[in-house]
Amino acid sequence: MNASRLTTRLLTLALAAVVLTACEKPVPESVQRGYRGVGMVQVYNPYLVDESIAANIVPVALDPVPAGGPPASAVYKNVQVLGNLGIGEFTRTMLAMTSWVAPKQGCAYCHNTANMADDSLYTKVVARRMLQMTQHVNATWKTHVASTGVTCYTCHRGNPVPVNIWYQDPGPETADNAGNHAGQNTPGVAVGLTSLPFDPFTTFLEGAAPIRVNGTTALPEGNLHSVKQTEWTYALMIHMSKSLGVNCTYCHNSRAFSDWTQSPPQRATAWYGIRMVRDLNTAYLDPLSSVFPPERHGPLGDAPKLNCATCHQGAYKPLFGVSMVKDYPQLQGPIAAPAVEAPPAEAAPAAPVPSSTKTEPSLLDPAKPVTKTSATTLNGVAPPA
Amino acid sequence: MAEYQNIFTRVQVVAPPYPGVPLPAEDSAREGKPILFHLIGKFGDAQLGPIYLGWTGLTSLLFGFIAFEIIGLNMWASVNWDPVQFIRQLPWLALEPPPPSYGLSIPPLNEGGWWLMAGFFLTVSLILWLVRMYRRAKAHGMGTHVTWAFAAAIWLYLVLGFIRPLLMGSWGEAVPFGIFPHLDWVAAFSIRYGNLFYNPFHMLSIAFLYGATLIFAMHGATILAVSRYGGERELEQIVDRGTASERAALFWRWTMGFNATMESIHRWGWWFAVLCPLTGGIGILLTGTVVDNWFLWGLKHHIVAGYPAVWPATVDPATLPGAQP
Repeated sequence: MNASRLTTRLLTLALAAVVLTACEKPVPESVQRGYRGVGMVQVYNPYLVDESIAANIVPVALDPVPAGGPPASAVYKNVQVLGNLGIGEFTRTMLAMTSWVAPKQGCAYCHNTANMADDSLYTKVVARRMLQMTQHVNATWKTHVASTGVTCYTCHRGNPVPVNIWYQDPGPETADNAGNHAGQNTPGVAVGLTSLPFDPFTTFLEGAAPIRVNGTTALPEGNLHSVKQTEWTYALMIHMSKSLGVNCTYCHNSRAFSDWTQSPPQRATAWYGIRMVRDLNTAYLDPLSSVFPPERHGPLGDAPKLNCATCHQGAYKPLFGVSMVKDYPQLQGPIAAPAVEAPPAEAAPAAPVPSSTKTEPSLLDPAKPVTKTSATTLNGVAPPA
Repeated sequence: MAEYQNIFTRVQVVAPPYPGVPLPAEDSAREGKPILFHLIGKFGDAQLGPIYLGWTGLTSLLFGFIAFEIIGLNMWASVNWDPVQFIRQLPWLALEPPPPSYGLSIPPLNEGGWWLMAGFFLTVSLILWLVRMYRRAKAHGMGTHVTWAFAAAIWLYLVLGFIRPLLMGSWGEAVPFGIFPHLDWVAAFSIRYGNLFYNPFHMLSIAFLYGATLIFAMHGATILAVSRYGGERELEQIVDRGTASERAALFWRWTMGFNATMESIHRWGWWFAVLCPLTGGIGILLTGTVVDNWFLWGLKHHIVAGYPAVWPATVDPATLPGAQP
């Protein structure tokens, strides 16, 4: 009688211990990042951090090639972006791009191997534009990518289509006259499976709807942002938190989310990140929608686009801050024509041309230049000198 | 022999089902024949029924059922009538209030009209139930304390879903009907208005919420602890020395110097419970109407704790030349 009662009690205690602690294993670690005792901490599960580190190992850079040689445009036809690059470095770049983007498919993923200059494969047109985008990011968005920079690998990781892309999301199908989900209230994959608005990207990372909802005065003085708008902002922030593997307090002091003077400096980096993604989506990816074949289009016919997760993939800095672009300086920005004496590989990257005044070849017909308009209307911030 | 235990007990005192005292001629009859259930006797009285519905009870249930159906069918419609997804996604599903662009006008049904309708039927149902509680209390010759406690809860419900949206000029300010969605709304509400923790009425509401649970835990524990002496028969022992009731009171007197009386402890519990939604409702009502940013309000009134900066001050990039918000 007593023994069985004791057993029951022990079992109950054991069950309680399991229920109370089994939520996450092993015990998460918290890292203090602000003043003591105010909850400015990052919480990490060491097991998941180990997984993330293993998934973010940078591939070894291809061996350097001797500088010099004729520029690529003198050897090959139709080299529009890297034409000023020496032929050796040009070949090395093509090999690197293949290993980053299409390691299984090889050259033929983008090139007509019978005529490498041929632009008939859409993948080649897209790859050229993405090369320009990479140079644009590294040259004009140092406010976000600093000197670490990005390469094709930052997003692609060996996949022809990066794993983390997004399309405009019409949401789940509903009945006709009832059940309006109002853009939310379904497990949103993009927003951490919350019931928050499931597509904050079209609104904030393609469109430029205001993200800030807080009033700047204690009493009401005309701040008309609604609670519903706040849910949209909240959805974007959850996406950022999930993409970077960080808590809200990585960028905000949660007692006053809007107050910049109390915010960690990472918030400013993230602010530029939002503008950078918006710039890239509107200036580089949206215009490609006519180039992409239908199977690459989203349910609403739009081009695949990028968000924070496309590069970050769960790490607070993509690839945990390891710079790959230092081994490929040609990705730092548009390449100037080589001086007569200087070998092209050592030529300093040219200062970027402000893209609002730049004309670029049409995506489909390189002979027909088009004037870009949307690229920097949303960008708006001059890169630091 | 079975032994009486005062946390989990296997003993049930069973008496023949009791139909209750005769009702006045103008009242409708109580519904149902009383039955005894051993299982429900483990949680309360083993007798189930009869129940007095009356016209307020019947209409309240009817209106409540209509509201429940509007909400539930809209949730089901939002997964295109898929029964499996309805069950799987139920915690995520909701019936949303109209978008703010409709202000206080009547929107189309699928743009928040269903929400307005559900809110109307639910409110009528709650108020009819309130009337019923009042009338039943009067009919039993009781005070109307339960009615007023329920009214306090209805006050908070009406502030959130009706009075504050009315003052803000937009139905879109109200809470959606849904499990996770209403929680998201709560978080977004606090974020939008600069952190509700700096709202003094929110502070009061939390104090009364936790206070009520503390008081109930103290009282429940005390009575269970003296039930071996018949302490659950609180009021018949209240005037005598040497009873379980006096023993319970003395426990607290010797422990903390002061004790509530068997009557006043219930007053404490009632006021704490009732003040939780009353003060909470005031806090919600002031938010957005009178105060727009509670953190800044707290700074202004010196209730925000200062602490040393750890980082160099971060500049808002939107304030730099050429920036866009």
